[in-house]
Amino acid sequence: MKTGFQKTLKRIQRNWGLYLLLSPSLILLIWFAYKPMYGVIIAFKNYKNALGIVGSPWADPLFKNFIRFFNSYQCEITIRNTLVLSLYSMLAGFPIPILLALMINQITLKRFRKGFQTVLYLPHFISTVVMVGLLLIWLSPSRGLIGTVYGAFNSEAPNLMASARAFPSLYVWSDIWQHAGWDSIIFLAALSSIDPSLYEAAIVDGATKIQKMRYIELPLILPTACILLILRAGNIMNVGFEKVFLMQNDLNMPSSEIIATYVYKMGLKNSQYSVSTAVSLFNNVINLTLLLLVNGITKKLGNTGLW
Amino acid sequence: MPKNNSRIRTKGSDLIFSVILYVICILFLILILYPLWFIVIASFSDPSAVAGGHVWLWPVGFTLDGYDELFRQKEVWIGYKNTILYTLLGTFFGLAVNISAAYSLSRKDLWGRKALMSLYVFTMFFSGGLIPIFLTVQKAGFYNTFWVLIIPFSVSAYNIIVARTFFETSLPPDLFDAAQIDGCGNLRYFFTIALPLSKAVISVIALWTAVGQWNSYFNALIYIRDENLYPLQLIMRNILITNQNFAALGTGEAAMIAMRRANLVRYSMIIVTTVPIMCVYPFIQKHFDQGVMIGAVKG
Repeated sequence: MKTGFQKTLKRIQRNWGLYLLLSPSLILLIWFAYKPMYGVIIAFKNYKNALGIVGSPWADPLFKNFIRFFNSYQCEITIRNTLVLSLYSMLAGFPIPILLALMINQITLKRFRKGFQTVLYLPHFISTVVMVGLLLIWLSPSRGLIGTVYGAFNSEAPNLMASARAFPSLYVWSDIWQHAGWDSIIFLAALSSIDPSLYEAAIVDGATKIQKMRYIELPLILPTACILLILRAGNIMNVGFEKVFLMQNDLNMPSSEIIATYVYKMGLKNSQYSVSTAVSLFNNVINLTLLLLVNGITKKLGNTGLW
Repeated sequence: MPKNNSRIRTKGSDLIFSVILYVICILFLILILYPLWFIVIASFSDPSAVAGGHVWLWPVGFTLDGYDELFRQKEVWIGYKNTILYTLLGTFFGLAVNISAAYSLSRKDLWGRKALMSLYVFTMFFSGGLIPIFLTVQKAGFYNTFWVLIIPFSVSAYNIIVARTFFETSLPPDLFDAAQIDGCGNLRYFFTIALPLSKAVISVIALWTAVGQWNSYFNALIYIRDENLYPLQLIMRNILITNQNFAALGTGEAAMIAMRRANLVRYSMIIVTTVPIMCVYPFIQKHFDQGVMIGAVKG
């Protein structure tokens, strides 16, 4: 009789090839994802480049770097801006892909449908740099689209890129313009898995197209929508750095300075490694907590959670 | 389902519905295509006609000056070369790393499979943050090197999940059992049987990685100082966004002309960097859809 340990060893040994296949990614994962997680301890230290992560002295008091952030005037601004951008894109950006999917599903002309989808997905492949470049060109008051449109009415176009008030809307709606089509694919997948007998029954009952949409399609894509909403809610403090950073300028700064850009400036521009790490750690922990919380709640309510 | 007498109305209301549907679709098409078309025609137009608002549907005062000036700039060529290299090598490396991991994790008889999988998944929800990652990369000697855009961040938990789901659902376990009886080991099975049967998922992930590499600028912004290593996106950032205001500093006719010329170069730049991706896209669209569907099944 072999012991359990020996059995396990045998199993591992028999599949050594699989572990070999796994090893490159595992090494990279531990090196560049888990080792930095250990590195977050510099949030609790006075990091000195010469002393390294381990050698640097502990901060006194331990939460000094966090306290410094909470007491700074950027704290409120960055958190508020991050939440505004994220909630705005969640509320405005969530229903549109669903509507698009329902629309695409209703198109009966096959070739029109294919062409429509192709065009809708197209902007998704534009890079962030080009996207922001496009915004600058379209919205430039002296030239570009908006200048031309206002010029036609003989009036002066506003400089939207320099306006702090317009920033959230510009950010969110340009994102919707770029990605809503692409985001509808997942709902289309859910729609295509609907049992045809439901439609047959609806036709027998004489349902109109709108009724079919309301009573068959919408309820059936709701679970998918729920899961996506959970994911979004868990990422509420996570607003991507790339686009905001590119759209940022001195004039729109009051509403465009978010946590991610602040972390970047604090860390890599001002070399305040410990404070920067403290801010991003604070942000990540809140995110993770929110994700677990929302997932737990939806599970309790009897819906399907993420795991 | 309400069963009031809707049968009588069916045809009329459905017809109205269809008409409204197609009208909205066409509006959406215009909303997406026109802003892009505007850039295309502006890049071929006389810059003062664009500034004067005379360019609407077709190029006015056709010119290739923008492209001419763009391609005379050395850094554009360097950026192009670098981006092609980053895209090719990055895609190859990313595929090698992620597909092989996904295959291993798809095998039910892998000891520790669940724990290993959660090790990957966890990285989707938590990270060390900018500075700790920066310090790690720096210490590993990747800072300001060509390889920093290829090796350290090549593992993608999402891609692994997608590929793993594919392997789990479309490679029958009996196939491996049969191969094993014939004396075929894990590695040989992976390379000679599993891979050739998985072209669909491999092409999807290859395309995702390639598009991501072509379009990315964040890692280059943070880890690369040497201008000879700049990818196209970073050079474009300088031309399109950072230098946006330089011409406005001057006044008078000369500054005006300089500014318009700079804009012309910008239009051309957008066309030149975006067209390669846009050209391949319609041919690969089918695969992209498939990939999203595979990913959607994971739940």
